[in-house]
Formats: sequence, structure tokens, C-alpha cells
Amino acid sequence: MKATAVLGVGLFFIGVALAQQPVLKIGVNGVMSGPAASWGLVNKYSAETTAAMINAEGGWKIGDKKYKVEIVALDDKNDPKISAANAEKLVSMGVKYIIGPNVDTTAGAVMPVMEKAKAINFPYAFSKELYTPPHGNSILGMIASYQAGPVIYKYLKEKKGVKNIAFLARNEADPLNQMKEGEDAAKMLGLNIVTSGATYEPGTTDFAPVLQGILAKNPDLLVLSGVAPGDAPLLIKSAREMGYKGLLSTETAQDAKILQQVAGSLADGFISVGGASTPSIQTPYMLDFVKAYTKRVGEWNDEAGTKVYALEMILRTLQLAGPAAINDVELFKKTLTKFNIPNPFVKGNPPLKFVGSAYFSQPRQLGVPMVVNEFKDGKFQTLFVGSVE
Amino acid sequence: MGLAPTYLGSVMSQIIVNGLMLSATYALIALGITLIFAIMNVMNFAHGQMYVLGGFMVYYTYGVWHWPFALSLLVAALVVAAVGLILERFFFRSVLRRSRREESTMLLAVGTALLLDSLALALFGEKQRGVPDVVSGVYHLAGAYIPARRLLIFAIAAVLTTAFIVFINYTRPGRALRAIAQDRETAALQGVDVTRYSALGFGLGAALSGLAGGLLISTDAINSGAGNLISIKAFIMIMIGGAGVVSGAIAGALVLAFSEAIGYYFIPGSLPYLLILTGLIVFLLFRPQGIMGRRWG
Repeated sequence: MKATAVLGVGLFFIGVALAQQPVLKIGVNGVMSGPAASWGLVNKYSAETTAAMINAEGGWKIGDKKYKVEIVALDDKNDPKISAANAEKLVSMGVKYIIGPNVDTTAGAVMPVMEKAKAINFPYAFSKELYTPPHGNSILGMIASYQAGPVIYKYLKEKKGVKNIAFLARNEADPLNQMKEGEDAAKMLGLNIVTSGATYEPGTTDFAPVLQGILAKNPDLLVLSGVAPGDAPLLIKSAREMGYKGLLSTETAQDAKILQQVAGSLADGFISVGGASTPSIQTPYMLDFVKAYTKRVGEWNDEAGTKVYALEMILRTLQLAGPAAINDVELFKKTLTKFNIPNPFVKGNPPLKFVGSAYFSQPRQLGVPMVVNEFKDGKFQTLFVGSVE
Repeated sequence: MGLAPTYLGSVMSQIIVNGLMLSATYALIALGITLIFAIMNVMNFAHGQMYVLGGFMVYYTYGVWHWPFALSLLVAALVVAAVGLILERFFFRSVLRRSRREESTMLLAVGTALLLDSLALALFGEKQRGVPDVVSGVYHLAGAYIPARRLLIFAIAAVLTTAFIVFINYTRPGRALRAIAQDRETAALQGVDVTRYSALGFGLGAALSGLAGGLLISTDAINSGAGNLISIKAFIMIMIGGAGVVSGAIAGALVLAFSEAIGYYFIPGSLPYLLILTGLIVFLLFRPQGIMGRRWG
């Protein structure tokens, strides 16, 4: 009886303590249904996993208080109207920091909402306008194709003797922009573009007709611009089956499991950009995240290696900027130039900063390392680690 | 300087191979949707979601549990047919009974598609899924590359399409389905159990879509959001060939497949599909009933 009473009182105080713990709400707004669902869902799962890990340790300390991190995730269905409405809903709930959205069209629709509400978002869209003055409330969450492309092409030109290059993109705004940027970068490097502007329709599953004309030009390197993880293995498999012996690459993050399931050894040698995803460069902290993510979602997704950065950098910047920055994004912005910590996800802990000044005239990009991977024997192996700077 | 004859020959061979391979699988997708339209006058917007379900059935049975591929296909067909029967019995039949307005079933079909989309995402997750090749190897014939897996799919799709045509034309249930498609009231007066055969037709149409998804996951992979894009292609095919006509579905599949095969090779950039869709609009202005242009049967 006495023990029960003590337990009851204890539980009461724990309950009161939990109820009194301040909550820091972080939004996720992205595509979580339809063919591109994995982009937004991986954002959501990554943020939820990090939040759960932090909350299990008692919360995130900003100033002298520990905050419970709560993720509020909304599906924009890749529709600009829904994305803008989601952003409005989130800011009306008092959310000042939002991860996403995932493509140029939705990010463009959300930008004015962020500026009006004095909030900040972290899109995974590459349009330079979003991050360049007079705009300043969007921070790019990953490496852009126009940053990774030149680095990869230069590497392949020097190390593999690539001279002729071909581009192929899905007939949608983002991949088309990425193809255009890639072609410009290839021209700057003096590469010969053998096909320009080749596209395929969303929903294409048999790529042999699409590839036939491109492969007839014998490129040394075929770039799959902005290719979705679902399309990449099909394109690779078709190209190899049609006798293509050259190199294949993309500037977007890919999923090793689907590459292995669909293309198997035919995908060996495929070059892509990841986050801190390959086991060879993971720190114990990153390994914990991988384990927690896998437990939460059911299986690991290599895209999460890139998307683990957003929430971590938001929280650490708020810690540095102080509690007032939770509601005042101008304080957050002022801290961006001062922010410089050891990267907790990559072995050797290289500096982690906000970058992008060379591209956007201001630091409006998460300093995700440019990890260039090669697919081999069912997994990614790191070719080299670069930086946008 | 013109193209060398051997090079041109191999280009044409590859285009013909690509067109044939595509058309066989497109035909399976189009046959299912046209059958349901013919029997029930329902434009099934959830057809692509049936395809997705069939694909995931084969992913789990063949890819994860390593059942024989033929058995996996059979399971996919049966499960998707069962889902089709449930949708027909509890959704479409009651709406058709209560409402004479065509848009009621269209809205129901759209709602069903959205429901199945969400269920697929919740059940199967967001990731793209694929299975190991059923057969491996690549044949090189007359300058064209023919992967063995695509050849197998072509053969199975051709056999299934032939079996479907034989069933419709030469069996008693097939004749009953044709009678319903031609005139529902007269068929009922002649003693055809319209309710039972409508359910059979809906189940069969769904099974064909599930079979197409199950077959194509072995070459193309699948994700839970792929349904709507498959439905759009199915609609394009039956608009070209003529909705509710078996031969029209096959004609639509051939036209779309060869338009893609030729268009992607000869027309640069993003123009092929723009031209295909523009051509379709112009064609429908002159022949709105499609190539075959009559009611099914």
C-alpha cells in the first residue's frame, strides 16, 4: 500500500515535470505520397528519428531549458498550392523552422509564406533564386546538382578519360533544370555533349526506346540528371542490356537496396552523391542514428544520410543563438556565419558550417559534405569526400 | 552523308523489338480496363492501383518469400481479382443501383483510386521495389538487343492475351459477358445472370491488371504511388483504340507502344509525348470513338 502510494506520487511528479517541459515544434512539409513519396517521407522519418533520440535523453538544451522536440509533418503531395497551405498552417501553429519542401515548384510557392511569417525553411530544391538576396528565409538542405556535377565530371574526365557526355532527364521542372545546369558545367569543362535535352515521361517503365537514340551516339558518360531512386536502376539495367559499356552517374542521392534488387551487378560502377551514408565514413553517432532509423521505419534508406543534417543543424544553431531565436529567425540568421562545429556524422569530424556564399552571395546552405559514391557489390563505396567550398 | 544501311537496319530492328515488347504488356493493362468499361460502363480510375497491388504481391511472394514465379503470378491474379470483386460488390454495384448518373461511378472510381493509393503507401511503404530477374541473358538478333527477361514477359503477355480472347469468344461465360456488353437489358431477358457475370467481368478485369503489374515488376520494379500514371496510359490506349472494344485495346496498345518506340528515337527532347498527346487530340476530333469505334462484343 505504502509502495503504491510512493509510486503514485513519483509518477505524478514525473507527469508534472513532463507536462511542464517546454516544447519546440519543428515542421516538415514535403511530398509524402505518390511516386516521389520517398523524398518527403525520408525527411519526416529522419527528423522524427533524431527528435526521438534527443527526447529519450531528456530533450534539447537551449539556454537553461531543455526542450522536448516535436515534429509536425504535413504532406504537400508535390503540389505548390498544398505546400503553401501547409506552410501557412505550420506558421499559424507557431512553427518557425520547417524542413522541406522537396522540389522547385513547391519551394517557390512556400518562399513568400516564409518571408511574410518571418519563418525559415530548408528546401531540397535547387533553384538559386530561393537562396539569393533579396530572399533570405530559405536554406538549401543538400548539395545542389550544379555543385556536384562539375566535381564529378572533372573527376571522371581526369581519372577515367571521359570526353563525350550525354544527359537524360525526366520531363519535369526539377530534373530539367538540373540537366541544363549539368550541360553548362560540362561545357565549362570542355566536354563534348553528344545529346542535349533528352527526356522521358514520368511513369515510363521500359526505357529501351528512350535510351536507344542516346546510346547510338556512344557517350563515355551518361548523366541521369536529377533521377528519382525508382527510375535509376531501370535506366541502368536497360542501358547495360543494350550493350552500353560507358559510365553512368547522377548528382542526386540514391538507394542501394533498390539498385541491387532491380539492376544487381549491372549497377556496379554507378556514381551518385550521398550524405554521410557509407559505412566507411560513419561516426558512432551516425551509426546510432542508422540503428534508430532502421528500428523506427523498418529499413535503412541511404537518402537519410543526407537528410539527417537538417534538424541537427537547426537545433545546434538555436543552441548557439539562444532561446530568443526560437521565435526570432533574425537571430538565427545572424548566427549562421558564426556556426562552425565538428561534423558529428562523418569520421574525423570535419568542420560543419552553413555554406553557399559563392553560389548565393550569402550562407544559405547546410554544409552537407559532398560524398561521391560508387555502387559496387550491392552497396555504396565512397570515392571521395568533397565540399561545395 | 546518310546513315549506313546496316546501322539503319539495326536501328529499325531495335525500334520494332522495343515496340513489340512494350505493346504486349500495354495490351494486358488496356484489356482489363476496357473489359470493366464494356461490362459495367465504369471508367475504372483505380485500374493502376490494381496493377500496383499485383506488383507488390509478386514482390513479396517471389522476391521476398522465394515462391516460384508462376505461382506468384497466380496468387497476384487471384488476390487482385478478389479485391476487384469486393470493390464491385460493395462499392460499384450499390452506386450503380442507386444512381443513373455516370459521374457517380466516375467519382467513386476516383475515390477508390485515392483510397487504394493511401492503403498501398501505408502497407508497402514509400520505397521502390523490384525482384531478381526470372531469366537472365541478352540476345542479339538482327542488330537488336533483346533481354531474355523482356522476351519472357512478351511471351507470357501474348499467351495471356490470346487466352483472354479465346475465353471471351469461345466459352459460355465469355459469350455472356459479350451479351451484357452489347445490351444489358436484352441479355437479362435472355436469362443471363447479369449481376453474377458483371462481378465476373470486374474481377477478370482487375486480375488482368494485377497480372500486368506482377509480370512487369520482374522487369520494371514498382512503387506504391505508380498507380495513377499507369491508369493514364491505360486511358490513352483505350481512347486510341476505342473504349470497351477488345480489339481496340490491343490496337491502342500497339499504337502507343510504337509511337513511343519511334518517337523517342527520332524526335529530340521532350517532344515525343507532346506529339503523341497532340496527335491523340486531333485523332479524337475526327474519330471520337477510337480506331475500332464500336461497343465491345
